Amino acid sequence: MLHFTPTILKNLFSKSATRLYPIEKREPFENVRGELDIDIAGCKLCGICARKCPAACITVDKKKGIWQVDPFACIYCGICADSCPTKCLYFKGQYREPVIQKVVKIMEKPVEEQVDQSK
Amino acid sequence: MIDRNITTLEDSRLLDEVTRLKNEGYRLVTMSPVEVGDKLEIIYHFDKDFKTVNLRVQMDKNTPLQSISGIYFCAFLIENEIQDHFGVEFKDLVLSFGGHLYLDEEAGIRAPYCSMSIKQEDGGKK
Amino acid sequence: MAPTVIPFGPQHPVLPEPIHLTLTTKDEIVTEAVPQLGYIHRGLEKLADIKDFHQLVQVVERVCGICSCIHAATYAQAIEALMNIEVPPRAHLLRVIWSELHRVHSHLLWLGLFADGFGFESLFMQTWRIREKIMDVMEATAGNRVIISVNVIGGVRRDLSPEQCQWILSVLDDAEKEYKELGKVFLDDYSVQKRTRGQGVLTREKAYELGACGPTGRGSGIAQDVRQTGYSGYAMLDFEPVVENDGDSYARCKVRYREVLQSFDLIRQAINKLPEGEINVKVKGNPEGEVITRSEQPRGELLYYVRASGKKHLDRLRIRTPTFANIPPLLAMLPGTELANVPVVVLSIDPCISCTER
Repeated sequence: MLHFTPTILKNLFSKSATRLYPIEKREPFENVRGELDIDIAGCKLCGICARKCPAACITVDKKKGIWQVDPFACIYCGICADSCPTKCLYFKGQYREPVIQKVVKIMEKPVEEQVDQSK
Repeated sequence: MIDRNITTLEDSRLLDEVTRLKNEGYRLVTMSPVEVGDKLEIIYHFDKDFKTVNLRVQMDKNTPLQSISGIYFCAFLIENEIQDHFGVEFKDLVLSFGGHLYLDEEAGIRAPYCSMSIKQEDGGKK
Repeated sequence: MAPTVIPFGPQHPVLPEPIHLTLTTKDEIVTEAVPQLGYIHRGLEKLADIKDFHQLVQVVERVCGICSCIHAATYAQAIEALMNIEVPPRAHLLRVIWSELHRVHSHLLWLGLFADGFGFESLFMQTWRIREKIMDVMEATAGNRVIISVNVIGGVRRDLSPEQCQWILSVLDDAEKEYKELGKVFLDDYSVQKRTRGQGVLTREKAYELGACGPTGRGSGIAQDVRQTGYSGYAMLDFEPVVENDGDSYARCKVRYREVLQSFDLIRQAINKLPEGEINVKVKGNPEGEVITRSEQPRGELLYYVRASGKKHLDRLRIRTPTFANIPPLLAMLPGTELANVPVVVLSIDPCISCTER
């Protein structure tokens, strides 16, 4: 009997276990993967990441010089970043923010640094 | 735990062998169906205190296959799954869903795990 | 009174996953139960045709969202056996650590859901609060919370630093202290016992005959735990399978409660015995031959059958998940149960339907 009472009393006098999330955010852990991104200047457009990706979310077009990822198909496994020969792929350590519309991230190799386009 | 011992068995001796294993106190772990040409190869996995027996039986896909669910009741779920996946039919099945364990009654595609049907579905890609 | 047929599921407040049971009842007592599956079938076994054997590690992780690490480790074990790859001992023990962390979080998840199932909502929240500590350990060490993707063929992808090991040990001590306090509620509380004792009784003979595995079988007195065979790093560790003999929902709950404590102990042992050295080996070539591997998941015995013929794609990948084996025992438990207790009995086998249907 009354086995749960100590827990209830403790909870009454201790801090809340949850955070007021969007207002108060926790620092992410050091090695958390989070969202995939690319340092496009270092990319050779070899396409190894596109072939290795288990979710087939990366497309590389060598002729047009385009590297693109569908962030909504990405499964955050990190295989692409592990197998990248120039180590230009990296995970930001921050989770992707919720959005109201799905987008594909398209990166163009030489002149412009970054062009985000809606599908 | 790794296991490589698989004994081949004539399909006519299946029921005798399974009854013998049941009497010796083996537990049916599962059955693994593999499509080999127009035959269906079923591997029966048994276990007793980590001592395993694996029987490989080749069966003709076009004739009804022998069910072992009369001996091991738990085989009925596995055999129903095989019916769904490979479009075969088991005889003497204690509780048959008639190929609709997973698939809806109205579903058109039968035998999605056979090599023929997957080619049709994705247009022969990859 | 004529029998009444009551559909149960696929959408039901206590069911975390969709399964449909057609229950025939007489005076509120279930006399027969027939399952209907197929609400979450994804055909993952067939994906072996289009994904190569390295990519399949990520595919099999998604068979089950809760015990992903163990699925990947078992699959990797099968391919390593086919290709004669010797995995370094450090990688074996790291796999054990992450697998046991998965077992802890899976059982804590289940204990919470079970508490919710018998109507003790605040106990559910307390359990999940402890689970969150384990999730933090996984997030900090492996990079993701649930599907941690640490296994590759040939070893593991992440290493644990000595500081991380110390931190894990301190988190475990903390979690264990809180967990033991909750244990008194799960095991001794009057109202909990009232809802779980004598519900869904499965005798040892019946359980064995119907192929029950994991905590469902061990709750009925079958002392079988595949970890006893010493696959991966378990040969280096010391443990006894947890067995209870009553065969009711309470016994299954007690088995899982005690298994969490056992897993805490196994993680401590593994961290203390962690040898220095490489964490993975390079893999060249393609697998050839056939092999059967088994391992112990939180829900029971997992079996992989792999056949390959020296190509990038496997010929056949067959996965037998524990819940698939535990459905026939569930059908044997339900007759004789009062309708109001059906959710408790269904939950007591820890059903993972996405595992079952793959």
